[in-house]
Amino acid sequence: MKINKLLIGLLTSVTLVVGGAQAADLSIVSGDTGTGLAFLRGQLDKFEADTGNKVTVVPMPSSTSDQFGQYKLWLAAGNTDIDVYQTDVIWAPQLADQFLDLSDAAKDVVGQHFPSIIESQTVNGKLVALPAFTDAPALYYRKDLLEKYNKPVPKTWQELTDTAKEIQDGERAAGNAEMWGFVFQGNAYEGLTCDALEWVKSFGGGQIVEADGSISINNPQAAKAIDLAASWIGSISPEGNLAYGEEESRGVWQLGNSVFHRNWPYAYSLGNGADSPIAGKFDVAPLPAGDGPDARSAATLGGWNIAVSKYSKAPDEAIKLALFLSSEAVQKERALNQSNLPTIEALYDDADIAKTQPIIPAWKTIFQNAVPRPSAPTKAKYNEVSSLFWSAVHSTLSGNGTAAENLEGLEADLTDLKGGDSW
Amino acid sequence: MATDTLAPSAAVTAPKIKSELMQQRARAARIFLVPMLIALAVVAGWPLIRSIYFSFTDASLSNLDGAQWIGFGNYLRWTTLDSGAVRYRGLLADPAWWNAVWNTVRFAFISVSFEAVLGMIVALVLNAEFRGRGLVRAAILIPWAIPTIVSARMWSWMLNDQFGILNDLGMRLGLLSQKVAWTATADTAMTAVLVVDIWKTTPFMALLILAGLQMIPKDIYEAAEIDGVHPIKQFWKITLPLVRPALMVAIIFRLLDALRIFDLIYVLTPNSSATKTMSVMARENLFDFDKFSYGSAMSTMLFLIIALLTILYIWLGQVRFDGGDR
Repeated sequence: MKINKLLIGLLTSVTLVVGGAQAADLSIVSGDTGTGLAFLRGQLDKFEADTGNKVTVVPMPSSTSDQFGQYKLWLAAGNTDIDVYQTDVIWAPQLADQFLDLSDAAKDVVGQHFPSIIESQTVNGKLVALPAFTDAPALYYRKDLLEKYNKPVPKTWQELTDTAKEIQDGERAAGNAEMWGFVFQGNAYEGLTCDALEWVKSFGGGQIVEADGSISINNPQAAKAIDLAASWIGSISPEGNLAYGEEESRGVWQLGNSVFHRNWPYAYSLGNGADSPIAGKFDVAPLPAGDGPDARSAATLGGWNIAVSKYSKAPDEAIKLALFLSSEAVQKERALNQSNLPTIEALYDDADIAKTQPIIPAWKTIFQNAVPRPSAPTKAKYNEVSSLFWSAVHSTLSGNGTAAENLEGLEADLTDLKGGDSW
Repeated sequence: MATDTLAPSAAVTAPKIKSELMQQRARAARIFLVPMLIALAVVAGWPLIRSIYFSFTDASLSNLDGAQWIGFGNYLRWTTLDSGAVRYRGLLADPAWWNAVWNTVRFAFISVSFEAVLGMIVALVLNAEFRGRGLVRAAILIPWAIPTIVSARMWSWMLNDQFGILNDLGMRLGLLSQKVAWTATADTAMTAVLVVDIWKTTPFMALLILAGLQMIPKDIYEAAEIDGVHPIKQFWKITLPLVRPALMVAIIFRLLDALRIFDLIYVLTPNSSATKTMSVMARENLFDFDKFSYGSAMSTMLFLIIALLTILYIWLGQVRFDGGDR
């Protein structure tokens, strides 16, 4: 066994030295947002130069729900065209059978990553994907406007609601008719599950389905949180927010038309880009807390990983690509250019990153306390759980019933879906 | 009318001819049909039968081969609780599904009605003689020629609440007091989809009706003209009855299309119950959720509902596909 591995190691190093005698044509899918695709291309160019492989990027829609449907279809059909997939943190249990086990290939590097992230990508002892970056959202706020109106950064959602309303009304009176108070992800898709889970958790309303599989969503605190969010639509958030994903909400925010914005850290470097009207005028804070006994600031755990399809025709080269994309060097570049949170603990103490993207070291504790979506307890049914949850929330936001009514229906639907004692 | 008396006599005499030559022709026709029938069986028949088969199993997308036969469980099943109450489950007892059916049927009915009326008007205009008619005829086909995904994306930008040109125009002209989120709110989302669909498919309708209009002999109008029949009466008494076969066929094409609407709704509106159609729901269950068999049951029902509505339409509208009428 050991000798075999040694041989493989020797052989791979030989091929590396020879310079891609085994060169392969690889394809990677990516639904990255903002400048993510351009960044990926730049990294792949380096990989191509180092290994002699050729890598084609297949662009995908940015909505994670849209991507998932397509990937699931491709993988079920045994598609050999795509070698490497970028996977959302919640997909591992649902797609585990279709990806290669990376534990052997990555055994030297897994120790660098946060154990919780590696654990989230391990299904029945199989390492399904290697982490590329992790995600925990931030409350983006316009520091110039808060100073102008002499307001502190809101610590609770109620405070945010009041501050947003006051500044929005003040700015509109001053002639900026386009001004809104708060934009977030309100379309009926996975993004709304993330946003709404934060509201519910921050009010002490649990996390939809608890780790032991029990359905906890139908409770007064959860209803209170979602009712507050419903009150934003048409007041501090535009009605169009009901159709916004990450990029649409960032559009409103980055044009300078919103006081507050909920988004992932990637919006930080884009907001400070050379062509951004709000560059230097904003800052980030942890998301506000709710009120009630267990109120806290809650951030949904996100993050993207690199998985290798078991139908790949060049699995060895594809694994190399996965290792490369999750490596410390690429994660550092990613942090510097894209303000994506690294999954390698050491990078949070990196001086370059702290200087260019101060959000990253500041976000270490936030992502470590982030709330996972219930993908582990609900397993293959997670997508449907999430869909039922976001539909109930979207109905409430659209004014179609109160949160209490919709959550009661949701609880009944989830109980049906669960079927028996276990998911 | 001339066509009315001619058509039946031709239909009656046709089967009587039993010459060697005709039989040979019929045989040749059958041979020529074989490749098309085989192609249809492979690309349409086989997938259809497979979908129907899967709807009676417990298949999931990751385990299609291990599917077990479960009978009608995906359609309707029931359990009797300890209290004696009976709980119905399955597609036929799923309110979300019937909501989607209602959304689809309502969408199809409204869009096809508007398209028929507008298509008729456009066809009548294009049937008149005027300079540059060829150019206008080509230009009017553009919305139909653009792929649906592209036009849906285009419209979703035009309808966008913050950056959309429609809101901008409306605000500048003073028609809107504030920007409207056309595709996002439940009240306007269906209307927005209808507008885009009507914009896109009216040219198709117009083209088919125009072909029918051009078949009407000019001398009928000349005779009516001499008798002093008012143009509006001419339309109701001459044009409409004579163009009816073409119109009915055009409507059936559009109806089939509208009942399986997917792309416009998927791209344009949030995935909410206000606009979810049968196809959108079937796709979601087939691929997003781990319920391939349930999605197959939806596809099968979709097929049956479309078949049923088409048969009803042909029967009630007394449509004949050989170009004759009644």
